[in-house]
Amino acid sequence: MEEVATKSQKTKAKTTMSGAAALVNCLIREGVETLFGYPGGAIMPVYDALFDQKDKIKHIMTRHEQGATHAAQGFARVSGKVGVCLATSGPGATNLITGLADAQLDSTPMVCITGQVPGKMIGSDAFQETDIVSISMAVTKWNIQVTKAKDIPNAVAKAFFIARSGKPGPVLVDITKDAQFEVADFEEYETCDQIRSYVPNPKLSEKALDDAAKLINSAKKPLILFGHGVLLSNAKKEFQEFVEKTGIPAAWTIMGLSALPTSHPLNVGMLGMHGNYAPNILTNECDVLIAVGMRFDDRVTGDVSRYAKQAKVIHLEIDPAEINKNVEADVPVLGNCKESLAALLNKVNKKKHDEWLTRFKELNAQEEEKVIKNELNPQADEPMSMGEVIKHISNISRGNAIIVTDVGQHQMVAQRYYKYANWKSNVTSGGLGTMGFALPAAIGAKFAAPHRQVIAVIGDGGFQMTIQELGVIFETKVDVKILLLNNEFLGMVRQWQDMFFEKRYSSVDMVNPDFQMIAKGYGIASEKVTEREKLEDSIHRFLNHEGSYLLEVMVGKENNIFPMIPTGASVSEIRLE
Amino acid sequence: MKEQFTLSIYTENLIGILHRVTTIFTRRHINIESITASESEVKDIHRYTIVVSSTEDKIKKIVKQIEKQVDVFKAFYHKNDGIVYQEMALYKMPTKLLSQTKEVEYIVRKHHARLLAVEPDFTIIEKTGFKEETQELFEQLKPHGILEFVRSGRISISKPMKEFQEYFTEVEEASRM
Ligand SMILES: Cc1ncc(C[n+]2csc(CCOP(=O)(O)OP(=O)(O)O)c2C)c(N)n1
Repeated sequence: MEEVATKSQKTKAKTTMSGAAALVNCLIREGVETLFGYPGGAIMPVYDALFDQKDKIKHIMTRHEQGATHAAQGFARVSGKVGVCLATSGPGATNLITGLADAQLDSTPMVCITGQVPGKMIGSDAFQETDIVSISMAVTKWNIQVTKAKDIPNAVAKAFFIARSGKPGPVLVDITKDAQFEVADFEEYETCDQIRSYVPNPKLSEKALDDAAKLINSAKKPLILFGHGVLLSNAKKEFQEFVEKTGIPAAWTIMGLSALPTSHPLNVGMLGMHGNYAPNILTNECDVLIAVGMRFDDRVTGDVSRYAKQAKVIHLEIDPAEINKNVEADVPVLGNCKESLAALLNKVNKKKHDEWLTRFKELNAQEEEKVIKNELNPQADEPMSMGEVIKHISNISRGNAIIVTDVGQHQMVAQRYYKYANWKSNVTSGGLGTMGFALPAAIGAKFAAPHRQVIAVIGDGGFQMTIQELGVIFETKVDVKILLLNNEFLGMVRQWQDMFFEKRYSSVDMVNPDFQMIAKGYGIASEKVTEREKLEDSIHRFLNHEGSYLLEVMVGKENNIFPMIPTGASVSEIRLE
Repeated sequence: MKEQFTLSIYTENLIGILHRVTTIFTRRHINIESITASESEVKDIHRYTIVVSSTEDKIKKIVKQIEKQVDVFKAFYHKNDGIVYQEMALYKMPTKLLSQTKEVEYIVRKHHARLLAVEPDFTIIEKTGFKEETQELFEQLKPHGILEFVRSGRISISKPMKEFQEYFTEVEEASRM
């Protein structure tokens, strides 16, 4: 005993340093090599400490703190690591809120560190004081304020553990300026792998697995719905094997997109509001619905009171609070998808569902005829469509790029028509639908995967929400391709006004600047395409260009996205026109 | 159908958790009827007792969302027949009233209330019981002149015999996996 004690005392050598230096050390020990942020008064000691560790940790200064959060999100989505942001107190901290909310809804692991006014000034309405812990409570998985240097390592260790474990999410650590300055003795950093009140990984229930397998094995018309959980749990192999062994058609939510290649014969397309015809209609015809790591968002279910009522529902989910939240599960299978799928694989029979798959093909043919054909190959006298642009991008990049989308019509089109060949290749704002997400998120994605092609697909509206992040591309030379689909409208809102507000176009007309000049101002190569004949060539130039490139394509102003499930309608009432 | 539910929530003793818990009710537009917080039988673990009226379906979802909070160990809900519960009320009356008439003293006795403090100018009466009981005493004392009245939140103990300590051990073990 004695020996052990002295040994552990020996390894626990203490180092004296400031709280700020300790924080930076903790980040390095957590494996952080890249972080995104913006300096200011209350976080200056940390920036000073970063200056000493420039060779170990790269700080990317975005042009707005919101940009830092989305960049960290893009980074996290592609790398699977925790995205990290840094901001000052007050306005710096409040600028993080949109990104925190986005990461909370889309279960993105993120740690945001904010500076706070000195402890003795808290509560006095000091300069740049905001109660960010209260403000961010509703949009974080966990948050904490640290007022003493010695408490920093513990808080950081917990923050990283909570952000990445269980259902991942954003965490905020608010550190007072005096705690950053304060010099203390620090022991060797220890990561956290357990919190006594927190059960990130529910234990698999053998009974639930058996019940699920029984249902799956006896199903005649089963349908798999897959979401972000498949990607988050790294269940690439398990999921594909499960789909192939059971022979069950699988449809994706936009957060699950790219967990199974688009061209996979059992991939039957997109669910929800602008999803494909077949999987939506057949949701209300299947006999067993197997939801894998998805949470039945209302954009997926339409009217829940008329959603899959005929089906037995199996729900593979890590978060107990999601079970029966929107859709009742007959067989809830609590656990990490990767583990549940692996366990189920041994219990399900090898099968084919050819007849059932024919139903998908029939409905696909209808969608092809009514929607897709014209979207991908418009008549010569029609303006360019977003769909045809994406088709060329998809062909020329061979489906190998990481597509980062903003929010609106172009988002739906990119996800519907890009043929994703690779795992984790779709980065989008799903739950919050945050315009302005794509540009910074694409920057983050490229930092996470420097050897992959990263294409941001953005509308003329959303581009202008975080356009200042072109400054990051300018400064760091990060090779992000920007595809601007310009319809001179807030397209998605215009579509709703067209369909549901008697075409009363209220505040959707975009009076746009000269985007080419803006790109030039930031030293980014660019071109604008207005004619179909030049489209393919320009896409080749765009994708082959060394370094970032802005390709602006003028597309049909009043094209609408179909199919569509109008709000309040049932999935089986999806409209083709 | 709306009914009254009592939630017992066991948490770490940390700043801000109560806020996290109460916002879950706010989001779902559920008014908190009463709330109390105290240390539980397990050292360093706090217990909130929250009374609300809602449907069982909503309460089930809320309990899961509360339990989802990192620093919450366990949350339970009970209908009124599943718990033993009490509230306490204090009534402040002018002392001269009690000395002038026998009426007030009679009411206090009838209700099994007790005198908590008697000062030259005021007297504090204490009564524990169900809300209806403390309310009835209030109604009867009121015509005589109540200077101040306060009622605590509900505290409750559930009837099932499993101790929280057992759950606590379960959660702690599960957290290690
Ligand atoms: C921050 C934010 N504000 C408002 C909206 C509402 N909204 C959703 S789509 C959309 C229009 C997007 O227009 P644009 O970026 O031009 O893309 P398009 O739909 O034309 O492809 C708007 C305003 C939103 N999603 N996010």
